Amino acid sequence: MTGDAGAYRQLLASLAPHVRAVARSRCRSLGAPENEVEDLVQEVLLTIHLKRGTWDQSRPIGPWVAAITRNRLIDVLRRRGRHIIVPIEDFEDSLQAENPTPELSTRDIDSLLGQLKPQQREIVRSISLNGSSIRETADRLHITEGAVRVTLHRALKALSVFYRSSGARED
Amino acid sequence: MKTDDLIELLVKDSAPWRFRSVLAWAVAGGIVIAAILFFAGIGFRPDISEAVHSNRFLFKFIVTVSLAVTAIWVALSVGRPDGSLAQRGLALSIAPVLLAGAAVVELLVLPESQWTPHLVGRNARLCLTLIPLLSIGPLACLLAALRGGAPSSPGLAGAVAGLAASGIAATFYAANCTDDSALFVMTWYPIATLIVTTAGYLVGRKLLRW
Repeated sequence: MTGDAGAYRQLLASLAPHVRAVARSRCRSLGAPENEVEDLVQEVLLTIHLKRGTWDQSRPIGPWVAAITRNRLIDVLRRRGRHIIVPIEDFEDSLQAENPTPELSTRDIDSLLGQLKPQQREIVRSISLNGSSIRETADRLHITEGAVRVTLHRALKALSVFYRSSGARED
Repeated sequence: MKTDDLIELLVKDSAPWRFRSVLAWAVAGGIVIAAILFFAGIGFRPDISEAVHSNRFLFKFIVTVSLAVTAIWVALSVGRPDGSLAQRGLALSIAPVLLAGAAVVELLVLPESQWTPHLVGRNARLCLTLIPLLSIGPLACLLAALRGGAPSSPGLAGAVAGLAASGIAATFYAANCTDDSALFVMTWYPIATLIVTTAGYLVGRKLLRW
Protein backbone atom coordinates (compact mmCIF):
# COMPACT_ATOMS: atom_id res chain seq x y z
CA MET A 1 0.00 0.00 0.00
CA THR A 2 2.99 2.26 -0.23
CA GLY A 3 3.04 2.30 -4.01
CA ASP A 4 5.14 -0.82 -4.57
CA ALA A 5 3.09 -2.70 -7.15
CA GLY A 6 4.74 -6.07 -6.57
CA ALA A 7 4.21 -5.99 -2.82
CA TYR A 8 0.66 -4.77 -3.28
CA ARG A 9 -0.14 -7.60 -5.71
CA GLN A 10 1.26 -10.08 -3.22
CA LEU A 11 -0.78 -8.59 -0.40
CA LEU A 12 -4.06 -8.75 -2.35
CA ALA A 13 -3.31 -12.26 -3.54
CA SER A 14 -2.61 -13.40 0.01
CA LEU A 15 -5.78 -11.76 1.34
CA ALA A 16 -8.02 -13.35 -1.29
CA PRO A 17 -8.04 -16.89 0.19
CA HIS A 18 -8.99 -15.55 3.64
CA VAL A 19 -11.79 -13.47 2.23
CA ARG A 20 -12.90 -16.44 0.13
CA ALA A 21 -13.06 -18.70 3.18
CA VAL A 22 -15.21 -16.22 5.08
CA ALA A 23 -17.45 -15.61 2.09
CA ARG A 24 -17.87 -19.31 1.46
CA SER A 25 -18.85 -20.15 5.02
CA ARG A 26 -21.24 -17.19 5.08
CA CYS A 27 -22.85 -18.23 1.80
CA ARG A 28 -23.17 -21.78 3.04
CA SER A 29 -24.80 -20.85 6.29
CA LEU A 30 -27.32 -18.74 4.40
CA GLY A 31 -27.90 -21.21 1.64
CA ALA A 32 -26.64 -18.87 -1.05
CA PRO A 33 -25.36 -20.62 -4.14
CA GLU A 34 -21.67 -21.47 -4.15
CA ASN A 35 -21.15 -19.60 -7.38
CA GLU A 36 -21.76 -16.28 -5.63
CA VAL A 37 -18.70 -16.72 -3.45
CA GLU A 38 -16.26 -15.32 -5.97
CA ASP A 39 -18.50 -12.31 -6.63
CA LEU A 40 -18.28 -11.55 -2.93
CA VAL A 41 -14.52 -12.02 -2.91
CA GLN A 42 -14.12 -9.59 -5.79
CA GLU A 43 -16.38 -7.01 -4.25
CA VAL A 44 -14.46 -7.19 -0.97
CA LEU A 45 -11.09 -6.91 -2.75
CA LEU A 46 -12.33 -3.89 -4.68
CA THR A 47 -13.44 -2.26 -1.42
CA ILE A 48 -10.15 -3.08 0.28
CA HIS A 49 -8.44 -1.40 -2.64
CA LEU A 50 -10.58 1.75 -2.67
CA LYS A 51 -10.37 2.11 1.12
CA ARG A 52 -6.68 1.19 1.43
CA GLY A 53 -5.82 4.63 2.80
CA THR A 54 -7.84 3.93 5.94
CA TRP A 55 -5.46 1.24 7.13
CA ASP A 56 -3.43 2.71 9.97
CA GLN A 57 -0.06 1.11 9.37
CA SER A 58 0.81 1.22 13.05
CA ARG A 59 -1.98 -1.30 13.62
CA PRO A 60 -2.26 -4.92 12.46
CA ILE A 61 -3.91 -5.37 9.07
CA GLY A 62 -6.02 -8.39 10.12
CA PRO A 63 -8.77 -6.57 12.02
CA TRP A 64 -8.90 -3.94 9.30
CA VAL A 65 -9.44 -6.52 6.55
CA ALA A 66 -11.95 -8.36 8.73
CA ALA A 67 -13.90 -5.15 9.33
CA ILE A 68 -14.06 -4.36 5.62
CA THR A 69 -15.03 -7.92 4.77
CA ARG A 70 -17.76 -7.92 7.39
CA ASN A 71 -19.14 -4.61 6.15
CA ARG A 72 -19.34 -5.77 2.54
CA LEU A 73 -20.76 -9.19 3.39
CA ILE A 74 -23.48 -7.70 5.55
CA ASP A 75 -24.40 -5.30 2.79
CA VAL A 76 -24.35 -7.97 0.10
CA LEU A 77 -26.36 -10.45 2.12
CA ARG A 78 -28.82 -7.74 3.09
CA ARG A 79 -29.50 -6.76 -0.48
CA ARG A 80 -29.71 -10.34 -1.66
CA GLY A 81 -31.42 -11.55 1.47
CA ARG A 82 -34.75 -11.80 -0.18
CA HIS A 83 -33.49 -14.11 -2.86
CA ILE A 84 -31.45 -16.51 -0.81
CA ILE A 85 -33.75 -17.62 1.94
CA VAL A 86 -34.11 -21.09 0.51
CA PRO A 87 -33.83 -24.43 2.28
CA ILE A 88 -30.27 -25.67 2.19
CA GLU A 89 -31.38 -29.03 0.77
CA ASP A 90 -32.12 -27.33 -2.52
CA PHE A 91 -28.46 -26.58 -2.90
CA GLU A 92 -26.90 -29.76 -1.72
CA ASP A 93 -26.03 -30.79 -5.24
CA SER A 94 -24.44 -27.54 -6.15
CA LEU A 95 -22.62 -27.37 -2.82
CA GLN A 96 -21.11 -30.76 -3.36
CA ALA A 97 -20.19 -30.16 -6.96
CA GLU A 98 -16.90 -28.33 -6.82
CA ASN A 99 -16.87 -25.25 -8.96
CA PRO A 100 -14.48 -26.12 -11.80
CA THR A 101 -12.93 -22.65 -11.91
CA PRO A 102 -13.48 -21.44 -8.39
CA GLU A 103 -11.78 -18.12 -8.89
CA LEU A 104 -14.04 -17.02 -11.69
CA SER A 105 -16.90 -14.71 -10.84
CA THR A 106 -20.10 -15.82 -12.45
CA ARG A 107 -21.97 -12.73 -13.29
CA ASP A 108 -21.62 -9.73 -11.11
CA ILE A 109 -18.53 -7.92 -12.17
CA ASP A 110 -18.97 -8.84 -15.80
CA SER A 111 -22.51 -7.53 -15.96
CA LEU A 112 -21.43 -4.45 -14.02
CA LEU A 113 -18.65 -3.81 -16.53
CA GLY A 114 -21.43 -3.35 -19.06
CA GLN A 115 -22.64 -0.32 -17.12
CA LEU A 116 -19.31 1.49 -17.38
CA LYS A 117 -18.73 4.23 -19.91
CA PRO A 118 -17.29 2.83 -23.15
CA GLN A 119 -13.78 4.12 -22.57
CA GLN A 120 -13.74 2.97 -18.93
CA ARG A 121 -14.84 -0.48 -20.07
CA GLU A 122 -12.24 -0.55 -22.82
CA ILE A 123 -9.45 0.27 -20.39
CA VAL A 124 -10.65 -2.20 -17.75
CA ARG A 125 -10.84 -4.97 -20.35
CA SER A 126 -7.48 -4.06 -21.80
CA ILE A 127 -5.71 -4.26 -18.44
CA SER A 128 -7.57 -7.09 -16.73
CA LEU A 129 -8.44 -9.49 -19.53
CA ASN A 130 -5.66 -8.79 -22.00
CA GLY A 131 -3.09 -8.12 -19.30
CA SER A 132 -1.83 -4.96 -20.97
CA SER A 133 0.18 -2.41 -19.06
CA ILE A 134 -0.92 1.18 -18.58
CA ARG A 135 1.52 2.27 -21.30
CA GLU A 136 0.41 -0.33 -23.84
CA THR A 137 -3.19 0.63 -23.23
CA ALA A 138 -2.37 4.29 -23.63
CA ASP A 139 -0.49 3.69 -26.88
CA ARG A 140 -3.24 1.59 -28.34
CA LEU A 141 -6.00 4.08 -27.48
CA HIS A 142 -3.83 7.09 -28.40
CA ILE A 143 -4.26 8.78 -25.04
CA THR A 144 -1.78 9.67 -22.32
CA GLU A 145 -0.81 7.28 -19.52
CA GLY A 146 -2.21 9.80 -17.05
CA ALA A 147 -5.57 9.65 -18.79
CA VAL A 148 -5.54 5.85 -18.59
CA ARG A 149 -4.80 6.03 -14.86
CA VAL A 150 -7.55 8.55 -14.18
CA THR A 151 -10.07 6.59 -16.25
CA LEU A 152 -9.11 3.34 -14.54
CA HIS A 153 -9.51 4.89 -11.12
CA ARG A 154 -12.92 6.33 -12.00
CA ALA A 155 -13.97 2.98 -13.45
CA LEU A 156 -13.08 1.19 -10.21
CA LYS A 157 -14.99 3.71 -8.13
CA ALA A 158 -17.96 3.39 -10.47
CA LEU A 159 -17.84 -0.40 -10.20
CA SER A 160 -17.97 -0.16 -6.43
CA VAL A 161 -21.04 2.08 -6.66
CA PHE A 162 -22.68 -0.34 -9.12
CA TYR A 163 -22.02 -3.20 -6.74
CA ARG A 164 -23.80 -1.44 -3.95
CA SER A 165 -26.87 -0.71 -6.06
CA SER A 166 -26.91 -3.97 -7.98
CA GLY A 167 -29.76 -6.39 -7.63
CA ALA A 168 -30.64 -4.35 -4.65
CA ARG A 169 -33.15 -2.29 -2.96
CA GLU A 170 -36.20 -3.09 -4.88
CA ASP A 171 -37.90 -1.96 -1.70
CA MET B 1 -13.63 -12.14 -14.61
CA LYS B 2 -10.99 -14.03 -12.70
CA THR B 3 -10.02 -12.72 -9.31
CA ASP B 4 -6.38 -12.61 -10.41
CA ASP B 5 -7.38 -10.35 -13.29
CA LEU B 6 -9.19 -8.07 -10.89
CA ILE B 7 -6.12 -7.94 -8.65
CA GLU B 8 -4.04 -6.98 -11.68
CA LEU B 9 -6.48 -4.17 -12.32
CA LEU B 10 -6.27 -2.94 -8.73
CA VAL B 11 -2.47 -3.09 -8.71
CA LYS B 12 -2.40 -0.77 -11.74
CA ASP B 13 -4.37 1.79 -9.75
CA SER B 14 -2.14 1.67 -6.72
CA ALA B 15 -1.27 5.31 -6.07
CA PRO B 16 -1.01 5.42 -2.28
CA TRP B 17 -3.15 7.75 -0.19
CA ARG B 18 -3.65 8.18 3.52
CA PHE B 19 -6.88 8.88 5.31
CA ARG B 20 -4.96 10.95 7.85
CA SER B 21 -3.83 13.42 5.16
CA VAL B 22 -7.28 13.61 3.60
CA LEU B 23 -8.75 14.49 6.98
CA ALA B 24 -6.00 17.04 7.63
CA TRP B 25 -6.79 18.78 4.33
CA ALA B 26 -10.47 18.77 5.20
CA VAL B 27 -9.75 20.42 8.55
CA ALA B 28 -7.60 23.06 6.84
CA GLY B 29 -10.29 23.68 4.22
CA GLY B 30 -12.98 23.95 6.86
CA ILE B 31 -10.96 26.46 8.89
CA VAL B 32 -10.35 28.61 5.80
CA ILE B 33 -14.06 28.64 4.88
CA ALA B 34 -15.08 29.50 8.45
CA ALA B 35 -12.40 32.22 8.59
CA ILE B 36 -13.61 33.81 5.35
CA LEU B 37 -17.18 33.81 6.63
CA PHE B 38 -16.03 35.19 9.99
CA PHE B 39 -13.97 38.08 8.65
CA ALA B 40 -16.45 38.92 5.88
CA GLY B 41 -19.52 38.66 8.09
CA ILE B 42 -18.84 39.45 11.75
CA GLY B 43 -15.15 39.96 12.56
CA PHE B 44 -13.58 40.48 16.00
CA ARG B 45 -15.53 42.14 18.76
CA PRO B 46 -14.84 45.89 18.95
CA ASP B 47 -12.90 45.71 22.24
CA ILE B 48 -10.69 42.82 21.16
CA SER B 49 -7.47 44.55 22.25
CA GLU B 50 -8.65 44.74 25.85
CA ALA B 51 -10.42 41.39 25.75
CA VAL B 52 -7.22 39.48 25.08
CA HIS B 53 -6.08 40.42 28.59
CA SER B 54 -9.16 38.86 30.15
CA ASN B 55 -8.87 35.29 31.41
CA ARG B 56 -12.56 34.71 30.89
CA PHE B 57 -12.23 35.62 27.21
CA LEU B 58 -9.15 33.46 26.70
CA PHE B 59 -10.64 30.51 28.49
CA LYS B 60 -13.40 30.28 25.86
CA PHE B 61 -10.73 29.36 23.34
CA ILE B 62 -9.26 26.69 25.55
CA VAL B 63 -12.67 25.05 25.61
CA THR B 64 -13.53 25.45 21.92
CA VAL B 65 -10.08 24.49 20.65
CA SER B 66 -9.97 21.41 22.85
CA LEU B 67 -13.39 20.39 21.52
CA ALA B 68 -12.16 20.78 17.94
CA VAL B 69 -8.85 19.00 18.51
CA THR B 70 -10.28 16.06 20.44
CA ALA B 71 -13.17 15.59 17.99
CA ILE B 72 -10.79 15.62 15.00
CA TRP B 73 -8.60 13.08 16.77
CA VAL B 74 -11.63 10.88 17.43
CA ALA B 75 -12.82 11.31 13.82
CA LEU B 76 -9.51 9.88 12.68
CA SER B 77 -10.41 6.72 14.56
CA VAL B 78 -14.15 6.38 13.86
CA GLY B 79 -13.51 7.10 10.17
CA ARG B 80 -11.74 3.76 9.85
CA PRO B 81 -13.49 0.41 9.46
CA ASP B 82 -11.77 -1.07 12.51
CA GLY B 83 -12.25 2.07 14.61
CA SER B 84 -14.75 2.57 17.39
CA LEU B 85 -15.71 5.21 19.90
CA ALA B 86 -14.27 3.04 22.67
CA GLN B 87 -10.72 3.63 21.40
CA ARG B 88 -10.58 7.41 21.76
CA GLY B 89 -14.06 8.53 22.77
CA LEU B 90 -13.04 9.42 26.31
CA ALA B 91 -11.05 12.36 24.92
CA LEU B 92 -14.35 14.00 24.03
CA SER B 93 -15.01 14.59 27.72
CA ILE B 94 -12.04 17.00 28.02
CA ALA B 95 -13.86 20.09 26.72
CA PRO B 96 -17.06 19.54 28.79
CA VAL B 97 -15.02 18.86 31.95
CA LEU B 98 -12.94 22.03 31.46
CA LEU B 99 -16.09 24.03 30.89
CA ALA B 100 -17.90 22.55 33.87
CA GLY B 101 -14.89 23.31 36.07
CA ALA B 102 -14.86 26.92 34.89
CA ALA B 103 -18.60 27.21 35.51
CA VAL B 104 -18.14 26.03 39.10
CA VAL B 105 -15.41 28.64 39.62
CA GLU B 106 -17.69 31.26 38.10
CA LEU B 107 -20.47 30.33 40.52
CA LEU B 108 -18.03 30.64 43.42
CA VAL B 109 -16.64 34.05 42.47
CA LEU B 110 -19.83 35.71 41.27
CA PRO B 111 -22.48 36.98 43.71
CA GLU B 112 -25.71 35.07 43.34
CA SER B 113 -27.52 38.06 41.90
CA GLN B 114 -25.10 38.02 38.97
CA TRP B 115 -25.65 34.39 38.03
CA THR B 116 -28.73 34.82 35.87
CA PRO B 117 -27.53 37.89 33.93
CA HIS B 118 -24.23 36.17 33.17
CA LEU B 119 -25.94 32.98 32.12
CA VAL B 120 -28.52 34.65 29.88
CA GLY B 121 -26.02 37.12 28.46
CA ARG B 122 -26.87 39.35 25.53
CA ASN B 123 -25.94 37.24 22.54
CA ALA B 124 -27.73 33.95 23.05
CA ARG B 125 -29.65 34.17 19.81
CA LEU B 126 -26.54 35.15 17.84
CA CYS B 127 -24.64 32.28 19.42
CA LEU B 128 -27.28 29.78 18.39
CA THR B 129 -27.34 31.16 14.84
CA LEU B 130 -23.72 31.95 14.11
CA ILE B 131 -22.07 28.79 15.44
CA PRO B 132 -24.21 26.53 13.22
CA LEU B 133 -23.71 28.91 10.27
CA LEU B 134 -19.93 29.02 10.69
CA SER B 135 -19.81 25.26 11.06
CA ILE B 136 -21.46 24.47 7.71
CA GLY B 137 -18.18 24.77 5.78
CA PRO B 138 -16.08 22.69 8.21
CA LEU B 139 -18.84 20.08 8.51
CA ALA B 140 -19.09 19.73 4.72
CA CYS B 141 -15.31 19.34 4.41
CA LEU B 142 -15.12 16.77 7.20
CA LEU B 143 -18.03 14.74 5.84
CA ALA B 144 -16.43 14.72 2.41
CA ALA B 145 -13.20 13.40 3.93
CA LEU B 146 -15.04 10.75 5.94
CA ARG B 147 -16.81 9.67 2.78
CA GLY B 148 -13.41 8.75 1.42
CA GLY B 149 -12.82 6.88 4.65
CA ALA B 150 -14.69 3.81 5.79
CA PRO B 151 -16.46 4.62 9.05
CA SER B 152 -17.49 1.61 11.10
CA SER B 153 -20.63 3.49 12.09
CA PRO B 154 -21.75 6.18 9.60
CA GLY B 155 -24.06 8.03 11.98
CA LEU B 156 -21.45 8.16 14.72
CA ALA B 157 -18.77 9.40 12.33
CA GLY B 158 -21.14 12.12 11.11
CA ALA B 159 -21.87 13.18 14.68
CA VAL B 160 -18.15 13.36 15.54
CA ALA B 161 -17.62 15.46 12.41
CA GLY B 162 -20.39 17.71 13.73
CA LEU B 163 -18.58 18.08 17.07
CA ALA B 164 -15.33 18.96 15.32
CA ALA B 165 -17.09 21.45 13.05
CA SER B 166 -18.77 23.07 16.09
CA GLY B 167 -15.40 23.34 17.79
CA ILE B 168 -13.93 25.16 14.79
CA ALA B 169 -16.99 27.39 14.38
CA ALA B 170 -17.20 28.19 18.10
CA THR B 171 -13.52 29.18 18.15
CA PHE B 172 -14.25 31.86 15.57
CA TYR B 173 -17.54 32.89 17.12
CA ALA B 174 -15.94 33.25 20.55
CA ALA B 175 -13.70 35.98 19.13
CA ASN B 176 -16.79 37.95 18.17
CA CYS B 177 -19.04 37.33 21.15
CA THR B 178 -18.82 39.70 24.13
CA ASP B 179 -20.35 37.23 26.59
CA ASP B 180 -17.34 35.64 28.27
CA SER B 181 -18.83 34.10 31.38
CA ALA B 182 -18.42 30.35 31.65
CA LEU B 183 -22.09 30.29 32.65
CA PHE B 184 -23.04 31.71 29.26
CA VAL B 185 -20.69 29.41 27.39
CA MET B 186 -21.88 26.38 29.31
CA THR B 187 -25.52 27.18 28.52
CA TRP B 188 -25.55 28.26 24.90
CA TYR B 189 -22.51 26.78 23.19
CA PRO B 190 -23.60 23.20 23.91
CA ILE B 191 -27.04 23.88 22.41
CA ALA B 192 -25.41 25.20 19.24
CA THR B 193 -23.05 22.21 19.25
CA LEU B 194 -25.97 19.85 19.65
CA ILE B 195 -27.67 21.34 16.58
CA VAL B 196 -24.55 20.84 14.45
CA THR B 197 -23.85 17.39 15.86
CA THR B 198 -27.40 16.24 15.16
CA ALA B 199 -27.11 17.54 11.60
CA GLY B 200 -23.82 15.67 11.24
CA TYR B 201 -25.40 12.49 12.55
CA LEU B 202 -28.39 12.69 10.21
CA VAL B 203 -26.35 13.51 7.12
CA GLY B 204 -23.62 11.04 8.06
CA ARG B 205 -26.04 8.19 8.50
CA LYS B 206 -27.07 8.57 4.86
CA LEU B 207 -23.92 9.86 3.24
CA LEU B 208 -21.18 7.87 4.95
CA ARG B 209 -22.38 4.38 4.16
CA TRP B 210 -19.95 2.39 2.09
